[in-house]
Amino acid sequence: MANKTVLFDKHVEAGAKIVDFGGWDMPINYGSQIEEHNAVRQNAGVFDVSHMTVVDITGDDSQIYLQKLLANDVARLKEDGKALYSGMLKEDGGVIDDLIVYRMDGWYRVVVNCSTREKDLAWMVKQTEGFSVDVNERPEFAMMAVQGPNAREKVAELLGGEQAELIRGLKIFQGKESSGWFIARTGYTGEDGLEIVLPNDAAPAFWQQLLDAGVVACGLGARDTLRLEAGMNLYGSDMDESISPLAAGMGWTIAWEPEDRDFLGRKALEAQKAAGGLPKLVGLVLETRGVLRGHQKVVAEDGSEGEITSGTFSPTLGYSIALARVPKSTGDTAHVEIRGKLHAVKVVRPPFVRNGERVYK
Amino acid sequence: MSEIRPELKYLASHEWLRVESDGTAFVGISDHAQESMGDLVFVETPEVGSTVSAGEEAGVVESVKAASDIYAPVSGEVVAINEELEEAPEAVNNDPYGDGWMFQIKLSDPAELESIELLSADDYVAKVEEEEH
Repeated sequence: MANKTVLFDKHVEAGAKIVDFGGWDMPINYGSQIEEHNAVRQNAGVFDVSHMTVVDITGDDSQIYLQKLLANDVARLKEDGKALYSGMLKEDGGVIDDLIVYRMDGWYRVVVNCSTREKDLAWMVKQTEGFSVDVNERPEFAMMAVQGPNAREKVAELLGGEQAELIRGLKIFQGKESSGWFIARTGYTGEDGLEIVLPNDAAPAFWQQLLDAGVVACGLGARDTLRLEAGMNLYGSDMDESISPLAAGMGWTIAWEPEDRDFLGRKALEAQKAAGGLPKLVGLVLETRGVLRGHQKVVAEDGSEGEITSGTFSPTLGYSIALARVPKSTGDTAHVEIRGKLHAVKVVRPPFVRNGERVYK
Repeated sequence: MSEIRPELKYLASHEWLRVESDGTAFVGISDHAQESMGDLVFVETPEVGSTVSAGEEAGVVESVKAASDIYAPVSGEVVAINEELEEAPEAVNNDPYGDGWMFQIKLSDPAELESIELLSADDYVAKVEEEEH
């Protein structure tokens, strides 16, 4: 029996095509994925992301526990409400999951992926040994992402009052609680917008209000094309437990300083760094016809080979883009094998699109 | 439920075939096929003047989600292709049995129309329902 979010009936009502996603029945689109994608780039769209796992970390040792658990350093969160992206690594450096952690008032809120929920929770609980800390999943919450250049203002107008004031005052990568809702200026689309954690029983009415205000219901299909244009990794495609964050474009998320912070995976990463020779995650652009897809072979100019980890057609650019893991020696151009034929591609630094505009060189 | 036109013949791989009185036939993909693929972004048709063989690959459609081969329902020479699809592949999503046609074949062996691979609309409905369950 598949899991359903509290918004499932709303999706069906809106004409969603439902697919299985990590054990959840989720909307892939409500008609046209490209129209949903464009709504987020040009106006505002809403995604049901209630399948994601909200976990609260409380207790006296919350901070030092997270400093051991995560490759990024929560001590970088200088004030309440600030958010941090991090990998959670195994001792051998492999990525168990990627997540966002928010600093709350004396505790932390972590949002992890749905397909990794069970192993994440087991790992997080296991690492509590020796710490005065509690790990609590919060299934009583739904979660929605409202994204796009007009998203914040539309939500502020709908909610009004104290919540509107909060929304208008939020800085990028900051989240705050108000009247039992947690509202953060974060997302997975490369646009401005909000991620909102709210009680399950309030979610269907709020969803309907958003649609009535002209916010477009968007499925997981558009979520994937948007995140790929924004150059953001997808767990399970661009990295997993067999991949070092250093080979997954996540080097920037590893806080090496202070040197004595002994986070899980640190020793392995240091050894990998010293040994060198790791592949790198790059962006690929195919400006002619055809679509780059996951697992296609990439051939560098010196003949060495890599692989596409995520590929799609970019609705904003009108041609195909991809993330690929390639040998370090790969230069500015390469070839990709599509159905037995080699196609020339540009090798670029992601992201591809930010705030509605092409940004790669 | 997607639309299935009774006057057409179908392949189990979701192409449709409309036979004309002049010995040619038009080929496209079914409403069910376009719906399951999602928004199409590229359509690669065979070249005019080339020959295609029944049951063999004749082109490719790429949606945002996936690539899928197009098989020729019958053998013959390609006498026309739908050039509009180069700029507007979404015609296949919007009107799979009309503006979304892909290519036209001059049949080299009309007897192929009796082959068991070509499904009637009823048989195709049964096939789609079977896939959905």
